[in-house]
Amino acid sequence: MIPVFNKRRKHMLAMKAMREGQIPAASPVEVTCPKCQTATARQQLSRNQYVCPNCGHHFPIGAYFRLSLILDSGSFRELDENLTSADPMEFPGYSEKLDQCRQKTGLSEAVVTATGRIEGRKVAVAVLDSRFLMGSMSAAVGEKVTRLIEHATRNRLPVVIFSASGGARMQEGILSLMQMAKTSAALARHSQKGGLFISVLTDPTTGGVTASFASLGDITLAEPGALIGFAGPRVIEQTIGQKLPEGFQRAEYLEEHGFVDQIVPRKQMRAVLAQLLTLHYRGGAAQ
Amino acid sequence: MSNLTPAQRVTIARHEGRPGVADYIEHLFTDFFEQKGDRQCREDPSILGGIALFHGKPVTVIGTRKGKNLQENLKCNFGMPGPEGYRKALRIMKQAEKFGRPILTFIDTPGAYPGLEAEARGQGEAIARNLFEMSQLSVPIVAVITGEGNSGGALALGVADTVLMLENAVYSILSPEGFASILWKDSSRSGEACELMKLTAEDLLEQKVIDAIIPEPEGGAHMDVEAQMAAVDQALTAALNSLQKISDISIAGQRYKKFRAMGGNGYYDGN
Repeated sequence: MIPVFNKRRKHMLAMKAMREGQIPAASPVEVTCPKCQTATARQQLSRNQYVCPNCGHHFPIGAYFRLSLILDSGSFRELDENLTSADPMEFPGYSEKLDQCRQKTGLSEAVVTATGRIEGRKVAVAVLDSRFLMGSMSAAVGEKVTRLIEHATRNRLPVVIFSASGGARMQEGILSLMQMAKTSAALARHSQKGGLFISVLTDPTTGGVTASFASLGDITLAEPGALIGFAGPRVIEQTIGQKLPEGFQRAEYLEEHGFVDQIVPRKQMRAVLAQLLTLHYRGGAAQ
Repeated sequence: MSNLTPAQRVTIARHEGRPGVADYIEHLFTDFFEQKGDRQCREDPSILGGIALFHGKPVTVIGTRKGKNLQENLKCNFGMPGPEGYRKALRIMKQAEKFGRPILTFIDTPGAYPGLEAEARGQGEAIARNLFEMSQLSVPIVAVITGEGNSGGALALGVADTVLMLENAVYSILSPEGFASILWKDSSRSGEACELMKLTAEDLLEQKVIDAIIPEPEGGAHMDVEAQMAAVDQALTAALNSLQKISDISIAGQRYKKFRAMGGNGYYDGN
């Protein structure tokens, strides 16, 4: 009985991941790298985990595709799949925008939360998806992330969060801001109980997500070249009235300035996470 | 409550004569001892903090500071702290916990400073760390939004057991100009943004983001500073009295529940 369920679940994640293989969406057959301008067949790019085979540029990827790269096959169990934004401020045009996003991406919100296994070790994992309103933090995103952390604290599971976000969800106003406090407080409790949190910063991680959970990892990893910062580069340029230096706010810059433990290429991410879980494994306990 | 539009309240909240943290310290506290520096690299004058007596009892008092004239404005970076300011605040909040002092914060900031050095020194991490640590402190925390409370830069001093707000103060995700710029790529539509943002004290009380509104004199706090001080004094005293009935052990738990519930009306759980 269990194998049948597993097979179905495996199939589900694979299907969802495959559908997401359609990013970036400009052409169905070929994708041009924004960094080196080399065109690559979409199939080849997908097999290469959406890393440019020529220059190593890491394309943004969808949440389910990311999970399919990280989790042991058949181990994916999605949490709160149908928790969605309720448009609390009744912001003009917002609910239509949400509908469009849901249709376009197949996601119900900008984050997917799940439990699963990495090399056999159980984890609670969240993946933000920048295709959904720039991965911005709605009350629903804050709630899903907080529930995931609380679930992990209760069950003594490590938490892994892949961030990708433009920051706050403007259309939800102050409630979006409060999610920063809510998620950070949940992580503080998780930490107090001895729980592990691995934060993975992917392109782009900015604003309220940077100023809350993304910056609170016991271990902080980043994908190569990811833009990571609090204020966006355009705002900073306007404020200081000068061009920003090459490489400013990129993962390598953050590593140099002491805010990232290691930069990990996408193809090594699963192995590094497995290693970190092993290094934090305490005897018979889950972590 | 006077019938001002949200945009008019923004104007009052930003009035140059509006009392700031230095005024509140001068009027409501005695024996103020300023504590400077983050103990890492810098003193950030855009946050003023230290120890003082409030009605004879030691408290830690911290606030964002804009400055009173252009020279001070420049020195205080117009009330936009860098990571060093937030780290200084955290340092003295941890000390307050050590010595069992309640923490009072006064918030009036356009937001955290979006600058090159602020980014290089981890503006995001500094704010995140304050949210994380404040949620766990075992002493009472009362925050007062006195002017404009914008973005994570305001929240970094705002994870409090009781959040009070002046009648004409505003508290929001971002300045109305920034909001309009992000949403419509047009910062001149800030007036329109004010109407949609639900940033007034009344809106926020309804959303349960704040706990009480402190009345202002007709025309705003700057019209009668003495009266304003008396109103803030009364509200702070009431808040501290009720918080001091809660034990050190349960206060952080109660604070957790408060922030845990925020945004509960913002999602639909179809599971």
